[in-house]
Amino acid sequence: MNLSLPVHTLEKKHLLSISDLSVPEIEGIFKTADSFLDLSSRSVRKVPSLRGKIIVNLFYEPSTRTRTSFEIAGKRLSADVINITTTQSSVVKGESLLDTVRTIEALGADGIVIRHSASGVPQWIAKQVGCHVINAGDGLREHPTQALLDLFTIQKRKKKLSGLTVAIVGDVLHSRVARSNIIAMQMMGMNVRVVGPPTLIPKEARKWGLEVFHTLREGLDQADVIMLLRLQLERQASGYIPSIEEYSRLFGLSPEKLSWAAPDAIVLHPGPVNRGIEIQGEEMFADRSAVLDQVHHGVAIRMAILYLLMAGGRPEEDNRAPA
Amino acid sequence: MNPQGGPRVLMDSSQIGRTIRRMAHEILEHNQGTKNLCLVGILQGGALLSQRIGAVIESIEGVAPPMGTLDITLYRDDLAIRAAPPFLRESDIPFSIDDSRIVLVDDVLYTGRTVRCALDFLMDLGRPSSVQLAVLIDRGHRELPIRADIVGKSIPTSRQEKVRVLLEDNNESVTLVRMSS
Repeated sequence: MNLSLPVHTLEKKHLLSISDLSVPEIEGIFKTADSFLDLSSRSVRKVPSLRGKIIVNLFYEPSTRTRTSFEIAGKRLSADVINITTTQSSVVKGESLLDTVRTIEALGADGIVIRHSASGVPQWIAKQVGCHVINAGDGLREHPTQALLDLFTIQKRKKKLSGLTVAIVGDVLHSRVARSNIIAMQMMGMNVRVVGPPTLIPKEARKWGLEVFHTLREGLDQADVIMLLRLQLERQASGYIPSIEEYSRLFGLSPEKLSWAAPDAIVLHPGPVNRGIEIQGEEMFADRSAVLDQVHHGVAIRMAILYLLMAGGRPEEDNRAPA
Repeated sequence: MNPQGGPRVLMDSSQIGRTIRRMAHEILEHNQGTKNLCLVGILQGGALLSQRIGAVIESIEGVAPPMGTLDITLYRDDLAIRAAPPFLRESDIPFSIDDSRIVLVDDVLYTGRTVRCALDFLMDLGRPSSVQLAVLIDRGHRELPIRADIVGKSIPTSRQEKVRVLLEDNNESVTLVRMSS
């Protein structure tokens, strides 16, 4: 590709990893998401771009906000959105993942939005089917739309990305949100720190070019953005942390600890929040919290992704399984 | 004139300026002033033109009509037959269009499909009391029952030609370019 040409489209079939995207592509996605933001204030909150297309939300892990966000995004683009959650599907009868996705495709799906507890499942599915595949979180690996909406939220609040210092606090080791964000943030020229107990920080963190801190006070010093991660409560039972109470005392954010960061620092959390553990007294710094912005922006980002991947011609019509 | 099919200049800067002034007067005449009048430019070409018309209206009436822009990409009927959809530009309608008299502005009227998109878009935004269409160039070849209310210049063209409108500072022209087949 000629790099001097400006990028006008996202010439991709799938969104599997944030590292599939270039900086101009991410900027184009943000520009596109911008024009979807106003949609919620319109009298008709739909556009016809995906009329007649079918999107299947295939979720092998519980999710409320990501699944709902994708569902609203698809519906606002006029697509038909079908939700399959594994507790109600043939998966409980022992149908294999491959049979399930092939069946979904044969039923006429144009796109599959998948969440799975095993890393790499979206990549594998993309090789098996002719329709679009969008990663809505795979195992410990990636959650690319979450990273996009987080960066979009930061850019909206801070009016820039490059040069900002962001502190990612908590269970970085098990967080696909952190992984996708770290890749995207470094791509956009941000300084990324990870903050947490040594047991929850990946050993390779310094090799990835991250600053590592094990105390919140050092980690938050001069930070422009604080990204709190959800603490899976079963981490205590697995021995990663001595107790939830201690974690909360050392790494939970409170109005007092927020003052250690830059005076205009903003706070993000991918949700769902364990109130009293990752955040205490959020009502005291509501103006600094971007958590609800993240939810609002998530729909716009997912609309942008669905539109850019799916509004064009049907992919590889010939490869589709016979109906 | 270039009979070999090179670019042919149809309007120069002073002709464009006079035409835009006449279009602004016609808009005011049609609408009997600026009451509830708004100008909406269709991106890309209609945005600059609507600003130019708006500036003339302001110089005549002393008030500038509210102005907005539409990116009609989401309403296109050919998205599914194109390779990949483009990134969107932000549509900006910073006023309520309910009960307004909207003048849609575009540089070139050709098949009418873009105007159809813009009409559908506007109807999703609210209920204007009327919508009129103003174009600098009407080049014919309509594929839908759409006509302009205010026309700068009608130019007979062939489908193998392209009408190029430039409205940048110090670089204003309308040219007819023959596309190589």
